[in-house]
Amino acid sequence: MLSSVLGAIELGFLYALMALGVYITFRILDFPDLTVDGSFATGGGIAAVMISNGYNPLLASIVAFAGGIAAGACTGLLHTKGKINGLLSGILMMIALYSINMRIMRGKPNIAMISVDTVFTSINPWIVLPIFIIIVLLLMNWFLHTDLGLALRATGDNDRMIRSLGANTDTTKIIGISLANGLVALAGALIAQQSGFADINMGIGMIVIGLASVIIGEAIFGARNVIHATIAVVLGAIVYRIVVALALRVPWLDASDLKIITAVIVIVALVFPTVSRSIKQKKLAKKRTAELTGVLSKGAAGGDLHA
Amino acid sequence: MLEINQVSKLFNPGTPDEKIALNHINVNLRPGDFITLIGSNGAGKSTLMNIISGVMKPDAGDVMIDGKIISHLPEYQRSRWIGRVFQDPMAGTAPHMTIEENLAMAFARGKRRGLKMSIKASRRQMFRESLERLGIGLENRLRAKVGLLSGGERQALSLLMATFTQPDILLLDEHTAALDPARAELITRLTESIVREMKLTTLMVTHNMEQAIRLGNRLIMMDKGQIILDIDEQRKKSLTVEELLGEFARISGHKLSDDRMVLA
Repeated sequence: MLSSVLGAIELGFLYALMALGVYITFRILDFPDLTVDGSFATGGGIAAVMISNGYNPLLASIVAFAGGIAAGACTGLLHTKGKINGLLSGILMMIALYSINMRIMRGKPNIAMISVDTVFTSINPWIVLPIFIIIVLLLMNWFLHTDLGLALRATGDNDRMIRSLGANTDTTKIIGISLANGLVALAGALIAQQSGFADINMGIGMIVIGLASVIIGEAIFGARNVIHATIAVVLGAIVYRIVVALALRVPWLDASDLKIITAVIVIVALVFPTVSRSIKQKKLAKKRTAELTGVLSKGAAGGDLHA
Repeated sequence: MLEINQVSKLFNPGTPDEKIALNHINVNLRPGDFITLIGSNGAGKSTLMNIISGVMKPDAGDVMIDGKIISHLPEYQRSRWIGRVFQDPMAGTAPHMTIEENLAMAFARGKRRGLKMSIKASRRQMFRESLERLGIGLENRLRAKVGLLSGGERQALSLLMATFTQPDILLLDEHTAALDPARAELITRLTESIVREMKLTTLMVTHNMEQAIRLGNRLIMMDKGQIILDIDEQRKKSLTVEELLGEFARISGHKLSDDRMVLA
C-alpha cells in the first residue's frame, strides 16, 4: 500500500510536467490542444531510441523536449496561419505524429531500455525530482511574468486587447503551444526512462489525464494567480496518480477502467462549477429581488403615510 | 498627422448582402485635432475606425500616418501609433490579470516584448502615479484582478492604457455608450483632460449630440459611407443640437436615425 502510494508520488512528479504543459494551452491560452497525445509519445520515442543507441540520457531528454516544441509549433502554425479550428489542428497533428513517432522508433512499436543508463540510474529520485520540478516552476513563473509572458497570458484572456496593444497573437499562440508540447514531450521522455521502455501508444488519453490533473489541482488547492495555479497543477498531478494507484487496488476494478474513471473525474469537474454557479446565481437573484422589492414597497408605504 | 485618402470598403462582395460601407472617404487629421464623429446606424463610423486601427483592410485607398502609408500593416504593428478605446468596457482590459499587469502590457506598446520582468518597483511607482490621476482609487488596488472592477472603472483603466505611451492617434469608439450617465460623465471628463494634457490627436465616435458639439475642435458627420459634413471650430462653438439635426436632414434627405442617439 505505502510503496504503491510512494511510487504514485514519484510518477506524479513526472506527470506534473505534462500537466503544466496542458495548463499552458488549456488554461492560459484557452486552447484545448490534442497534440499532447502525440507529442508525449514523441518525447518517449526520441529518448528511448537515443538512449538505447548509447547517447547520453540527459541529451536524449533535451532532444525530446525540442521534438515536442517542434510538434507544438506545427499545431500552432496550422491553427494561426492555416486558420484551422483549434481542436482540429491538434487532432491533425496527433494523427500525423503517430506516423512520425513510428519513424522515430524505427518501425518498432515498443523500445526497451534494458541494461543502459537512464537519467534515473544514479540519482535519488526523492531529492532530484522535487528540486527539478521546483526549478521548472520557477522558470515557468518567471517567463509568465515577463513582457512576453504577459502578452501570452493576455492572448488567452482578451486577444483583441493585446493585439490593439501591439502583440502579434499568432506568435504568442505558437510560442505557448510549442512550450506546452515541449514540456509534454519531456514528461514522455522521463516517464519512458523511468519505466524502462517507450511505446507508440503511450500518449493515448494523455490530454484527459493532463486536464484531470489541472482540474483536480485547481479544485483542491485553488488558483488565485499564476504562481498559485502552477503549484496546484503539480499537486493535482500527484493527487491524480495517488487516486489511480488506490483505484488499481480495488479488487473489482480493472486497469482498463482507469480511462473511464479519468473521464468521469474531468466531466464532474467541468460540470459541477457551472451547475453550482447557476444555482448560486438564481438563489442570489431571488434573495436580492426579495430584498429590493421589499425595500421599495416599504418605501412606497412610507410615502403614502406622509401624503 | 493621420490622412485617409479615397478609402473604400465593400462588405460581403458578390453576395445578396453586398453593401458599400465606405465610399471614397477623405479625412485629414491635423496634429492636435480632436474630432467628434456622428452619423446614422450603418453610416460607416465603426468601419472607418476599424480601417484606421487595422482590424480591417480597405478595398481601395490609403491610410497614412505622418506621410507613411500604413494600410498594409496588421493591427498589432499599427498599435505603435494608435491607441484605441472600445465601446465595450470588457474589451479593453484582460479580466484575469491584475491592474498592474494590464498597465505593464499597455506600457510595452510599440516596444519589443522580450524576457524582461514586466513589473519592477520603478514601473509600479509610475503605474500608481498614473492611476492616481484617474481619481477613482485604483492606485490602491494594483494587484486586484481587473475582472473585479465595475464597468466604469474598467473603462477608465482602458482609457489610461490606450493613452499610456502617448500615441500619435487616439481612437474612441463610443467609449461612454455602455455606461450609466454618471460614469459616462466621469469618463468624458477624464477623456477631455487626458487629451488636452497630452495634446493627443483624437477621433471620437459618439451618439451623444450634445457631447459631439461640446467636445473637440471639429465635428464630422457621416451618412451611407460618406462624409457629408465637416464643421470647424468656429462654427461648432455656436452650433445647437437642433441645427445639427436640421443640417443632417437637409444634406442627406432623411432624418438622422440612430437608435441609441442621445440628444442632450
